[in-house]
Amino acid sequence: MNFPLPNLGPVIPELFMTALALILLLADLFIKKKEAIAALSIVGVGAVAYTLIGSSGVTFGGMFISDGYSTFFKIIFFLNVILSVLISIKYIAIEKVNFGEYYSLILLSTLGMMIMVSAGDLIVLYLGLELMALSTYVLAGFIRHDTKSNEAALKYFLLGAFASAFLLYGISLIYGLTGTTDIKAIALYISEKGLIGNPALSLSMILFAVSFGFKIAAAPFHMWAPDTYEGAPTSITAFMSVGPKAAGFAVLGRVFMIAFVSIKLEWVTVLIPLSILSMAVGNVVALAQTNIKRMLAYSSIAHAGYALIGIIVANSEGLTSMMTYLMIYAFMNIGAFAVVIMLRTEGFKGDSITDYEGLAKTHPFLAALMLIFMFSLTGIPPTAGFIGKLYVFMAAINAGYTWLVLVAVVFSVISAYFYLRIVMYMYMREPKVEVITSQSGTLRIALGVTTVAVLVIGVFPSFLVKLAKAAIAGF
Amino acid sequence: MEQVIMNSLDYPILSTIIFLPVLGALLLTLISRSRESVIKWGALIFALLTFILSLPLFINFDKTTYKMQFVERHDWISAWNIKYYLGVDGISILLVLLTTVSSILCILISWNSIKIKVKEFYISILLTCGAIAGVFCSLDLFLFYIFWEAMLIPMYLIIGVWGGPNRIYATIKFILYTLVGSVLMLVGIIFLYFLAGRTFDLLELTTKTYPYNVQFWLFWAFFSAFAVKVPMFPVHTWLPDAHTEAPTAGSVILAAILIKMGAYGFLRFSIPLFPDATKAMVPVMLTLSVIAIIYAGLVCLVQKDLKRLIAYSSVSHMGFITLGIFALNSQGVEGGILQMINHGVVTGALFMCVGIIYDRTHTRKIADYGGLATPMPIYASFFMVFTLAAVGLPGTNGFIGEFLTLLGGFTASKLAGVLASSGVIIGAGYMLWLYQKVFFMKINEKVVGLPDMDLREMVALAPLIALVLWIGIYPALFLDFMHPTVQHLLERVNVAGGVQESQIARALMEVLR
Repeated sequence: MNFPLPNLGPVIPELFMTALALILLLADLFIKKKEAIAALSIVGVGAVAYTLIGSSGVTFGGMFISDGYSTFFKIIFFLNVILSVLISIKYIAIEKVNFGEYYSLILLSTLGMMIMVSAGDLIVLYLGLELMALSTYVLAGFIRHDTKSNEAALKYFLLGAFASAFLLYGISLIYGLTGTTDIKAIALYISEKGLIGNPALSLSMILFAVSFGFKIAAAPFHMWAPDTYEGAPTSITAFMSVGPKAAGFAVLGRVFMIAFVSIKLEWVTVLIPLSILSMAVGNVVALAQTNIKRMLAYSSIAHAGYALIGIIVANSEGLTSMMTYLMIYAFMNIGAFAVVIMLRTEGFKGDSITDYEGLAKTHPFLAALMLIFMFSLTGIPPTAGFIGKLYVFMAAINAGYTWLVLVAVVFSVISAYFYLRIVMYMYMREPKVEVITSQSGTLRIALGVTTVAVLVIGVFPSFLVKLAKAAIAGF
Repeated sequence: MEQVIMNSLDYPILSTIIFLPVLGALLLTLISRSRESVIKWGALIFALLTFILSLPLFINFDKTTYKMQFVERHDWISAWNIKYYLGVDGISILLVLLTTVSSILCILISWNSIKIKVKEFYISILLTCGAIAGVFCSLDLFLFYIFWEAMLIPMYLIIGVWGGPNRIYATIKFILYTLVGSVLMLVGIIFLYFLAGRTFDLLELTTKTYPYNVQFWLFWAFFSAFAVKVPMFPVHTWLPDAHTEAPTAGSVILAAILIKMGAYGFLRFSIPLFPDATKAMVPVMLTLSVIAIIYAGLVCLVQKDLKRLIAYSSVSHMGFITLGIFALNSQGVEGGILQMINHGVVTGALFMCVGIIYDRTHTRKIADYGGLATPMPIYASFFMVFTLAAVGLPGTNGFIGEFLTLLGGFTASKLAGVLASSGVIIGAGYMLWLYQKVFFMKINEKVVGLPDMDLREMVALAPLIALVLWIGIYPALFLDFMHPTVQHLLERVNVAGGVQESQIARALMEVLR
C-alpha cells in the first residue's frame, strides 16, 4: 500500500521549534553557563521565525493550516518568547532557579501555541493546547522553594485540567453530532443538515466558550489568574499573560468564526456577558490590589474583555482589531512586567505597589518608562494602547455595538484610576525604601524594544493595521 | 474652489508651533538634572523661539476669508483614512497665539518657585503647550483627539507633582472628569466617522448634514467632553480643586488655555457639525450658562482662599463665554471668542499675581493678607489693573468681551441677558471686595517688609497689561480676525443675517467698532 509522506512545508517552523527545544534540553547537560542556553534559544527562535516565510499551506489532510491568520499569531508568540527570555536571564538567577529546562519549557509552550493557531482540526487544537498548558503549569511552579509559586502551579493545573475536560466534552459532543472534528467540515455539516437551534450544538459551543474563556482569563473563568500571576515567576507571568491569552483568542476566533459561523447569534449572546463581566471584574477588582502582579493580573482580565469585543463583532474587521489589540498588548504588558522585574533584586521582592513610591526620584528614567506603559494600558494617546482600543471600538461601532463600546469606555475610565495610581506613587510620593534595580543588559534591551514599540505603534499604527488586514485576507 | 489656503511660508508654521516645544522637551531630557539653570534657560529659549516663529501667523493672516489658512495636509494613517491636517481660521488663530505667549509666561513665573524635579517640570510645561497648540490647529478629528488626550499626561504630572497639599485628590479628580467626557466624545467621533463614510476630515464632515436624532446624540457626546473642559455647570467641580492645588504655572495653563479648549470645541465641532441639534439645545445651553454665571459668582463671595476665589470666578466668566457662543449671533460668538482671549489674559495674570505673592508668604488664605499695598505698591497696581479687567471696567478688555456676550445673550433671550448681567454686578462685588481685603485695610503683620515685584516678575506680567489695554481700547484689530469665520459659522447654523439682531444692538455694534 502506497502511503505518501504529507507535505511537510507548512509545518517546518513547528518542526524546527521542536528540534530547538529538544536540542536545548540536551545542551543543558553539557553547558554550564545557562546564559548561553538563553542566547541559543533567542537565536533559535529567530531562525524559526525566518522559516515562517514561505511556510503557508495546508497539510495533513487539512488538519494543519498555515495561513496569514496563524502566521500573525506566531509572530506574536515569537516576540513574546524572545522578550520573555530577555527579561528572564537575570531574574531566574536572582530567584535561584537558573536551570536550562526553563528555556526548553518556554519553547515547548510556544510550540503548543503555534500548533493551536494552525489547527484545522479540533484534535490537533487539543494537542497544541495541552502541550502549551502542561509546559506553562511547570513554569508557573518553577520556583520550587517558594510556596506561592507552588500554589500558583497547582491552581493553574487543577483549573486548567478542568478547562481541558470541558474542551474535550465539547469536542466529543460536536463529533457525535457531525461525525467529524475538522473545523471546516463541521461548519459545512451544520449548515447542510440544518443543525442550527440544536441544543446539543449550543451546549458544545458553550463548552468551547468556557474552555477558551479559561485560557484567555475572561471572567467568570478568571479565578486562577490572580493567584497564578502573583505566585508564578514574574517573567513567566509576563509570558503567560500574553502567549496563552493570544493563543486562546486565536482558536476562539478560528473555531467560532468558522465551525460555529452559522450559530453566530447564539455565541455572540454568550460572549457579550463574558466581555462585560471581564471588563467589570478586571477593572473594579484591580482598584483594590496592593500587589502589582495581582493588579496586572486583573488588568489582563479586563483587557481580555476589550479584545473579546473584537470577536463579538464577528466580521473580518473585528478579527483584525482583536489581532492588532493582542499584538499591542504583548508589547505594553511585557514592558510593564519588565519594569516589575527590574525592581526584583536579591533580598527585595519589589512587587508591592508601595515599592514604587518615589521611584521617579531615585530612578527617573525607569519611572518614565513605567509611566508610558501605564498610560498605554489605560489607553491614552499617543501610546499604542489607545490605538488598540480605538480599533476594537471602531469595529464594534461599525457593526452596531455602540452600547457595548459605551460600556467599555466607562470601564476604561475606571481603569485609569489604578494604572495612574502607580504613576502617582512613582511621581507624587517620597521614597520610603531604598530601591536598587536589577542591572541587566538584556532587560534593558527588552525595555527598549517594548517602549519604542509602544510609542511608534501609538503614532504610526498604519503598518500594524495593514499587516493584520493582510493576515486576515485568506481567512 | 479650493476650500483651504495652503501654507505658503518657508516653514510649516503650525507644525513648528506644535512640535518645537516637543523637540525642546526631548532635548531637555538629555541635560543632566543637576544643571538647573541650563534647563530653565533651555525651556525659555524654546518657548521664545516658538513664539517668535508663530508671529507670522498674526502678520500674514488673511482677514478677508473664513477659509482655513496655513494649511498642512499629509497622509498619516492611510489604513483608516486619517490625515495629518492642520490649519487655522479666525476662531483658532488668536488661541494659538495665546498658547505660545502663555508658555513663555509659565516658564518665567516658575523660575524660582519650582525647586524639585525641575527638569521634569519644564519638560511637562513644554509638552502641554505643544499638545494644546495641536488641539487648536487640528482639522482631523483623530489628530485632534490625540492632542486633546495627550495633553492630559503632562498636565496630570504638573498638578500632581508640583501642586499643593491636596494635589493628589485634585489631580485624580481632574483626570477622571476629563477622561469620562473625552471617551464619550471618542465614541461620538467614531460613530461620526462611519456615518460620514470613513473620514475624520473636519471640513468634509461639516459639509454633510446628519439626521436630527443622530445629531442630538452626537451633540451630547461631544458636549460631555467640552462641557467638562469649559467647565460648565454642573460638571465644573473639578476646576476649583485643580486650580487651587496646581502650581502657579499649572493654574495659568488651566485658566489661560486649557479650559479654552472646551469653548473652542463647541465652536469648531459642536456647532458646525450638529447645527440643528445646537439650535434645539440653545435654551438648555443658555440656562446652564446663566446658572454658571450667577451660581459661581455667588460662591466666589464666600471663598476664603485666593486661588479658589479666582477659580470660581473662572467658572463664572466661562459662563459668559458659553452664553455668547450659544446665543448664535455674531455679537455673541465674536464676544465669546474675544472673551476667551480676555479671560486667558486676565485670569492667567491673576493666577500669576497670586503665585508671586504665594512665593513670598506661602499662604493663600485671604485672611492672612491685608494692607499689602503698603509694602508692595507696584504689585498692588498690577493687581488693580487685572482686577478691573476682571470686573469689566470700560477701557479694559473685560468690558468689550462681556459687553458683546451680554449683547448677544440679550438678543437671543432677554431673560438670559438680564440674569447674566447680574453676574457682572456680583463679579464687581467679589473682585473689589477681594482687592480691598488683600491690599487695603489694616496691615497684616505677615506681610510687613515683603519685597516688591522683581524685574522678572514684571517682565512676565507686562505683556498681559499691554493686552488688557490694547484689547480694551482698540478691539477691532482682534475682532477683525474673526468676522468672516464667525459669519461663515453662523451661516452654517442659518441664523445669520439681521432678522434676529435688533436695531439697537446693531447701532451699538457700530459704536463699538
